[in-house]
Amino acid sequence: MRRRSQWLGIVWLAAVWVLLWGDLTWGNVLAGLVLGAVVTWGLRMVAVDFHGRVHPWRVLVLLARFAVDVVRASIEVATIALTPGYTPRGAVIGVQLRSHSDLYLTLTAELVSLVPGSLVVEAHRLTGMLYLHVLDLDRSGGVEAVRADVLAQEERLLRALASPQEQAAAGMVPA
Amino acid sequence: MTAAAWSTVADVASIVLMLGGAFLCFAAGVGVLRFRDLLARMHAATKPQVLGLVLVLAGLALRLRSGGAVWALVLVVVFQLLTAPVAAHLVGRAGYRTGKVSPGVLAVDELTAELDRRHGMPADDEDGGSGADIG
Amino acid sequence: MSAALGVAVAVAAVLILVGAVLAIVRAERGPSMLDRTVALDIVVTCLVAAVALYASLERRADVVPILVVLSLVGFIGSVTIARFAAVEPEDARRVRTREEVAAEDEARLRAELAEAAAREVPDATEDDELVGDPAAPEDDQPAGDPAARGSDDGGAR
Repeated sequence: MRRRSQWLGIVWLAAVWVLLWGDLTWGNVLAGLVLGAVVTWGLRMVAVDFHGRVHPWRVLVLLARFAVDVVRASIEVATIALTPGYTPRGAVIGVQLRSHSDLYLTLTAELVSLVPGSLVVEAHRLTGMLYLHVLDLDRSGGVEAVRADVLAQEERLLRALASPQEQAAAGMVPA
Repeated sequence: MTAAAWSTVADVASIVLMLGGAFLCFAAGVGVLRFRDLLARMHAATKPQVLGLVLVLAGLALRLRSGGAVWALVLVVVFQLLTAPVAAHLVGRAGYRTGKVSPGVLAVDELTAELDRRHGMPADDEDGGSGADIG
Repeated sequence: MSAALGVAVAVAAVLILVGAVLAIVRAERGPSMLDRTVALDIVVTCLVAAVALYASLERRADVVPILVVLSLVGFIGSVTIARFAAVEPEDARRVRTREEVAAEDEARLRAELAEAAAREVPDATEDDELVGDPAAPEDDQPAGDPAARGSDDGGAR
């Protein structure tokens, strides 16, 4: 498992290198692989274990919803910023995520940070708690609505990426 | 449509996207000046900035239309999407740790209560440095 | 067509410029380093947008590596400052005017001299020749040294 995720990391770094140069040539791919290997084996970080299964359709749906949410989030912040005399009431809320994996915690935190209203300010990895700052509590519907949104986001992510065992461990009915 | 007509369409689309991106950069600047506390200003720095950059770079990609540079733009967009929340998280955490977050402006503040509760505990995971926490 | 393009580019450029200027104002005001970091992150993004605007106007693909590097620098800069942020003393929050700096220096000098005079009185048995001249600056405490008396500022303002 560790070796597979390491190889995935090297391939990803090679892809980044090829994208930077813009030309898909054998030289670039090879150089990318070599550099990726050097970076991965020279600068060791904790390995990310991915035990899930990727559902292509659900991943597409997730990305599409995410894109729409990013646009809505920017429009909302721009509206709040440009409305004269309006001061939003902020809040910091703690949400207990259901899965216990670092990868899903990170991905949920990334998704939640870019959708309307919330921004992750603290993540406690051992307990799976995310603390978010909500820009405008009234516009987002209150504390419980924000919590429900975050948990729904996590659920969409888990359905798209997690294996049935992980979904069951998170308390969801595996689909 | 002829190639020239497509090219005009692409140019028009490109300039529309650029205007949208520039407007969002403007909104981000207004937001960071107007908002009252550090955490709200981070919202202004994260969300319009990311979308603004995406729009501007999409406009540029439509204008360049071919060549390897377009793929580098895709890379910049992916970097921004991945790194903007991380930067916001670290700034927020640093804000809490150095006492820049004043509880008065927040309606609900569950993190301060949690940090106060944990204050006596030794060597929590969040103190171990940013690199070890994720992944 | 070209005129409309020129107008649109000008409007976009003005919007980006105003956004950057507002962010710089926040960087000057913002009470803590973290506020300034956030504001400068926005300035870097406006820079990227401006360079992209120029690149799209001239259809140049060779400035694209600049965009990549700038966005990376913006991210790494704000993360680095956030990682090493420390609690700042209250009086470090803003840039002081020349009169305030002069007044502070004068108050600090007065406080140093008073302290030197107060310290020399109990040592009269050791350093007889210095007792008569408490106003002489001592060698190890140069009068204008800002680093020596960092804690005396509180009483001066």
